[in-house]
Amino acid sequence: MIKIVTFMVVMLTIPGLSQAQTAAEKGLEIAQAAKAYDKGFTDFTADMVMTLKNKSGDTSTRVIRMHTLEVENDGDKTLSVFDQPADVKGTKMLTYTHGLEPDDQWLYLPALKKVKRISSRNKSGPFMGSTFAFEDLGSQEVEKYTYLYLRDEACAEWTCFVVERYPAYKHSGYTRQVVWIDREGYRLVKSEFYDRKKSLLKTLVASDFQQFLGHYWRPGKMNMVNHQNGKSTLLEWKNYQFKTGLTERDFRSQSLKRIQ
Amino acid sequence: MRRLLLCFGLALVSSQAVADFSGNIALESQSFFESTRFDDQLDNNLTLSAKPKWSGEWGGGDDLWSVELFARADNKDDERNRGDVRELLWLHLDGDNEWRVGINTMFWGVTESRHLVDVINQIDQVEGIDGEEKLGQPMIHLKRYQDWGVLDFLILPGFRERTFQSVEGRLRAPLVVDTDQAVYESSDEDQHVDFAIRFSQTYGDLDLGLSWFDGTSRDPVLVAGSDSDGNPVLVPLYEQMTQFGVDAQLIYEDWIWRLEMIHREADSNDFNAYTAGFEYTFYAILDSETDLGVLLEYSYDDRAEGDRGVFDRDVFLGGRFAFNDVQSSEILAGFVIDTNYASQSFRVEGNRRFGDSWKGTLELQTFTSIDSEDPLIALEQDDHLLLEIAYYF
Repeated sequence: MIKIVTFMVVMLTIPGLSQAQTAAEKGLEIAQAAKAYDKGFTDFTADMVMTLKNKSGDTSTRVIRMHTLEVENDGDKTLSVFDQPADVKGTKMLTYTHGLEPDDQWLYLPALKKVKRISSRNKSGPFMGSTFAFEDLGSQEVEKYTYLYLRDEACAEWTCFVVERYPAYKHSGYTRQVVWIDREGYRLVKSEFYDRKKSLLKTLVASDFQQFLGHYWRPGKMNMVNHQNGKSTLLEWKNYQFKTGLTERDFRSQSLKRIQ
Repeated sequence: MRRLLLCFGLALVSSQAVADFSGNIALESQSFFESTRFDDQLDNNLTLSAKPKWSGEWGGGDDLWSVELFARADNKDDERNRGDVRELLWLHLDGDNEWRVGINTMFWGVTESRHLVDVINQIDQVEGIDGEEKLGQPMIHLKRYQDWGVLDFLILPGFRERTFQSVEGRLRAPLVVDTDQAVYESSDEDQHVDFAIRFSQTYGDLDLGLSWFDGTSRDPVLVAGSDSDGNPVLVPLYEQMTQFGVDAQLIYEDWIWRLEMIHREADSNDFNAYTAGFEYTFYAILDSETDLGVLLEYSYDDRAEGDRGVFDRDVFLGGRFAFNDVQSSEILAGFVIDTNYASQSFRVEGNRRFGDSWKGTLELQTFTSIDSEDPLIALEQDDHLLLEIAYYF
């Protein structure tokens, strides 16, 4: 017992750890800085080509056009228009993302010409049969996690903050994530996802970053590997366009016909 | 009217260099297990259908057009050799106003087992008895966004008659409906201009819709008559009606609660009806990626027995498996139990994608322990299996 107390006293007096800022505060500060860095993009559109690959190497493709609108003091609004596979062509998914509150989500089904409000509860479910879960593709709001700064480390050609984060929202499929964020442009270079049993489930590596409007960084490729079932999904982002003039009107649930 | 719209559509297609083209071609085989209940009905049939769609925009995206056609050819049932314009539409965006002019198909309402509020389009009944295949309706439609909700104003010139199974067709009443003899309450017949207004708004997790319709009922009263050879038939009578509707959906955690309620006034009958129920979803069951949704809905209709339709005091119990796999595999199963007659019908449908462009659907429908007093008795021997292979482009 005395040994433990002595050990703790020694630990607390080591410079750096006893300073005013804890690892949790530093983690939060990095998340806030990353969010602040990305602020002001207003809106962007991009085409997303998803290539799903299973253990034996069979591939399957999805093509989705993404529209994102920045919302002040709340999560972004996104509209995804499906082009492939052909049987879901014209299907649209509208999401109003929020911080800790559940997202609002609508689906437009062209075969029935029906707009259906759906539950966004299924955060940990696979998106279109891929290795991405719905929660991996949502907007990065600061309050969605609690944080712990681990260390600085070289990553790709940069130096990264390595931060552990724990989902604060309900129904996540993860107990924690470890993320590598570069110190200059706050690019999310790599993420590791740990499942509910605390084992490593997936690793996401982002690359081919491009800078837009002289400021905002977006990845050209994101590869998500599931270590437990051998499946992977490559997202390739094309035709990024910023400040395209999208407005709230383009993100109305009743109006899912507006963007073709 | 039709010809005018078609010319307008063709003009648009030809003036538009960049048109988006999509749709599907499907081959469907239907096999009935039991001998026919009525003479001349068929035991199996094979049909080929196509649903192409073209769409595009001009004027910097403020004007959009779309054309969707539907055609089917059946190897046996002539009534199913047919085509329809599901959509031939010009959509104009003007700030908080959206104008839609042409032929369109709309979907109002939220419940899964019955669609009470959805009265704008006529049902294409030969395509399915669930009321989800509909005929295109000519309309001038203004959608207006306000801070306090969305308003839809519809002017509906021109009426479409319901399609009914021919004498060869299965899943029909004992007497054939003679659509050539259709009669109307209004002297304007199928040229009567109908009106509808809808208000809808989202309040947090609650979606609410209020609707009003005044015009020709899409739901005919079937009157006894005879055809030119003196054989007894049913004659559809299309009355004038006014209908008020409410639809609401509430999402709470793993629950979705749904309600549709109508009050309808017509010469033959004033009545109230509702469908209410819930869907509860079990996510990632048994540590898999499969979700299971359990649905329970009850339908009530306060008309006297005999005046009500087949779905009058029925319980619907359904299960929806979504496998969340690469092929988007799904299984939907549903029981309908009539609380008056204890009749049961059961339907299970499974579908999945093959490769990137093909989709297969297998559907089984059975009718069991049907009471001889229940109008559903006509379908008692119509248990069947349906297999569909569709190519999407």
